[in-house]
Amino acid sequence: MTAVRSKRKAFVAQKDCVACGCCVKVCPFGAIRIIKGITARVDMDRCIGCGKCVKECPASIIEIREVCE
Amino acid sequence: MTSIRSMKKQWYDYLWIFSLSYLILGFINIMFAWLGLLCFFIPLIIAIIKGTKGYCSRYCGRGQLFSLLGGRFGLSRKKDIPGWMKSKWFRYGFLVFFFAMFFLMLWNTYLVFAGAQDLKQVVTLLWTFKVPWKWAYHGTLFHPGVAQFAFGFYSVMLTSTILGLITMVLFKPRSWCVYCPMGTMTQLICKARSGRNGVKLSS
Repeated sequence: MTAVRSKRKAFVAQKDCVACGCCVKVCPFGAIRIIKGITARVDMDRCIGCGKCVKECPASIIEIREVCE
Repeated sequence: MTSIRSMKKQWYDYLWIFSLSYLILGFINIMFAWLGLLCFFIPLIIAIIKGTKGYCSRYCGRGQLFSLLGGRFGLSRKKDIPGWMKSKWFRYGFLVFFFAMFFLMLWNTYLVFAGAQDLKQVVTLLWTFKVPWKWAYHGTLFHPGVAQFAFGFYSVMLTSTILGLITMVLFKPRSWCVYCPMGTMTQLICKARSGRNGVKLSS
């Protein structure tokens, strides 16, 4: 059985990311991590595009985009 | 397979109590201001040794306090922060300014230690407004310079809390995190550390 997934995913504007980790805290799926204290990175396999990180990000640099699977 | 992560609270999710107590204790006895050095050294040590910004997301009590006040207590407009506030120019500029003021504070402490200046029982807010703070000073067992540092350091902490609260109300709860000098500095340390190993960041 394959899980039906939304085709919406979170995207981080990495050059503006301050790596505060607020997004990591709110992601219900553990789909976002801070890489080496530099920037957040989304695990596309885990992300369901719920948008919690988008709301939380203090710099507002995460957005949800439609993607083709 | 995507699975929901446990959101169980950990001990470090309550560190906002430490930050709140710190602010209150500064009104009772200024010498408690020395405890604030923990918020300076722990993030730096984590960044230098582990090369992560683990402090920000896990242990930063101040960030948690802003989250709580702006989130659960609804004291934030939750609007986007202006573009210039998240620019490198502003973030690095604020870091430099913050440190310049920090060293000025250390210099004033030195002058008291050297006997060239008397202890000033004031807390300077926003680097400008000198607020008499006599009620929180009950003498010191050590040199007056030790107390001068406490006044200076508490000024730094209270000033940054006020700025953080203002941007919390105007923008998102943790807007302070965008231009927090400690955050900017630990990110720079992490960048410098991984720069040598050539980290690949694209997702």
